[in-house]
Amino acid sequence: MWKTIVRRIIIMIPQIFLLSLLVFLMAKAMPGDALTGLLDPSVDPKALEAQRERLGLNNPWYVQYWDWIKNAIQGDFGQSFRFKMPVTDLIGQRVANTFWLALATLILTYLIAIPLGIISGRYNDTWSDRLITGYTYLGFAAPLFIFALVMVWIFGFHFGWFPTGGSVAPGLTPGTFSYVMSKFYHLLLPALSMALITTVSTVQYLRSEIIDIKHKEFVITARAKGASESRIYNRHILRNSLLPIAAFFGYEITGLIGGTVFIESIFSYPGMGQLFLSSISLRDFSVVTALVLLYGVASILGALLSDIILGIVDPRIRIK
Amino acid sequence: MSKANEVVVTSQKVDKSPSSLSILWRELVRDKVALISLIFLGLVMLLVYGTSLILNQDDIVRVDLFALYEPPSAQYWLGTDYGGRDVFGQLVIGTRNSLTIGIIVTLMTGFIGILIGLLSGYFGGMIDNLFMRVVDFFMILPMLMIVIAFVTAVPKYNIISFSLIMTAFLWMGIARLIRSKALQERELDYVKASKTLGSSHLKIMLSQVLPNLSSIIIVTMTLNLAANIGLESGLSFLGFGFPESTPSLGTLVSYARNPQTLESRWWIWLPASVLILVLMLSINNVGQALKRATDARQRRG
Repeated sequence: MWKTIVRRIIIMIPQIFLLSLLVFLMAKAMPGDALTGLLDPSVDPKALEAQRERLGLNNPWYVQYWDWIKNAIQGDFGQSFRFKMPVTDLIGQRVANTFWLALATLILTYLIAIPLGIISGRYNDTWSDRLITGYTYLGFAAPLFIFALVMVWIFGFHFGWFPTGGSVAPGLTPGTFSYVMSKFYHLLLPALSMALITTVSTVQYLRSEIIDIKHKEFVITARAKGASESRIYNRHILRNSLLPIAAFFGYEITGLIGGTVFIESIFSYPGMGQLFLSSISLRDFSVVTALVLLYGVASILGALLSDIILGIVDPRIRIK
Repeated sequence: MSKANEVVVTSQKVDKSPSSLSILWRELVRDKVALISLIFLGLVMLLVYGTSLILNQDDIVRVDLFALYEPPSAQYWLGTDYGGRDVFGQLVIGTRNSLTIGIIVTLMTGFIGILIGLLSGYFGGMIDNLFMRVVDFFMILPMLMIVIAFVTAVPKYNIISFSLIMTAFLWMGIARLIRSKALQERELDYVKASKTLGSSHLKIMLSQVLPNLSSIIIVTMTLNLAANIGLESGLSFLGFGFPESTPSLGTLVSYARNPQTLESRWWIWLPASVLILVLMLSINNVGQALKRATDARQRRG
């Protein structure tokens, strides 16, 4: 197993290298450079040119890439011209919010998916199964942003049960109990909106997995030796059908990345996705490149995690 | 002797199994929900492409300061937006634009995906390895952010560049699927027989393997169409799809990012949202019915 993990990590290195190259070339293609934001337009063009030379912006692209990646590895992504502060600090302020949002979504996703999947798979072709299948059918077709908009319209504005923006109520001291509760309260509707849509594929998967497994021979054997029905489902079937779902955990993270961008934008939730969108509209490109790189590395790590879990639970697919 | 042979030949013709396309069609017509969805889609398309011949896009997107935020009335069926533009007209044009871009992107990703999938599945070995590593790399990219970043980076931004950017990051799924099916096909006897007879690789791929994959291609492309429409409207919603002068369904929904519009002017964003949902649902219905039809175990008859 260790060999597999090491091999899998080695595959990751060219992926991260290519990602960084792509992000770098993208940043180069964007209008303006690191200086456009730093200096005001009245500066003498000659001085500007000298600055460019000094900062190495006239070097060939591979030299510039090397300089950029060297700094990036040390956690230095340059300055944000909008906030006039290092990009790393700026992202540091937002990363926790997105992390909590993603975590809450993941927990809710599984909290919804596992019971629904089990009911739907165990009692298939009953009315409760039809209800759940109907929900997954709708949820599969509904785009996340429309569903989230409708949620915020109904529960945020119409009923006023939930806040419609921000990550915490203003005026609370960090660390107090009411601060934590307020954070949680602000998190609930966005996370629930996302979870109700992302959970759909897991429910469908779990259902078909259970239906497949319950006709297998070892289930018949278990029944024949007199195991109770609940024991068969909880011990024999569930264990087998949860394995692939555990393995998709890492890919789930990759999916969340796209989702948080929409959710943060709709709920005005101050996370990385919102920072990304506002930075790109204001052409704050040093922030944009850092965020794309960060998200990219996160999804590469997600895929790595999935493959490792998959390797642990299913020895057949280990990399030889 | 010769007469007996003739009889055999004719009876063979009668017993010929129905082609995969006609099976797809037969299953689709039998599935009531899918049939209704298909008819609905046809009507929407007819309406949208038909009326947009009469409707003038520039007329509809022209700002009218005397009619800001009008609620629905006889003159403006679905009211007006913050620029006094008729929402119903925008809805028609938006549906047309969304459908058009969805179809274009689906066809282009389909073309690239089929090409790469067929090549790597049919030849296998080194070619397969190479292509699949490229696919793996594209799969792990944070697609949404990269597309948004490219949309802003491209100097000449229009519908063509937009669909090219979307295509560049969406061809991998279908390539993977076609590759796995082509890998199975190439082990079958008919491919080997054809090779022994001396058919060229190109001929085997295009005129023998490809037709056998046709039903799966149709299914995937139908489901992709729904996904692409959703993605395009999502990007337009975030403000990185079409410009406001060429509204898409997502553009109309994006007005809801203004909390006041979201809270009290439902006529601007709700019809477009419902339309996106219904369109995606219908396309999915058709796609799922086709998918069932390709799986002989799930056919209805």
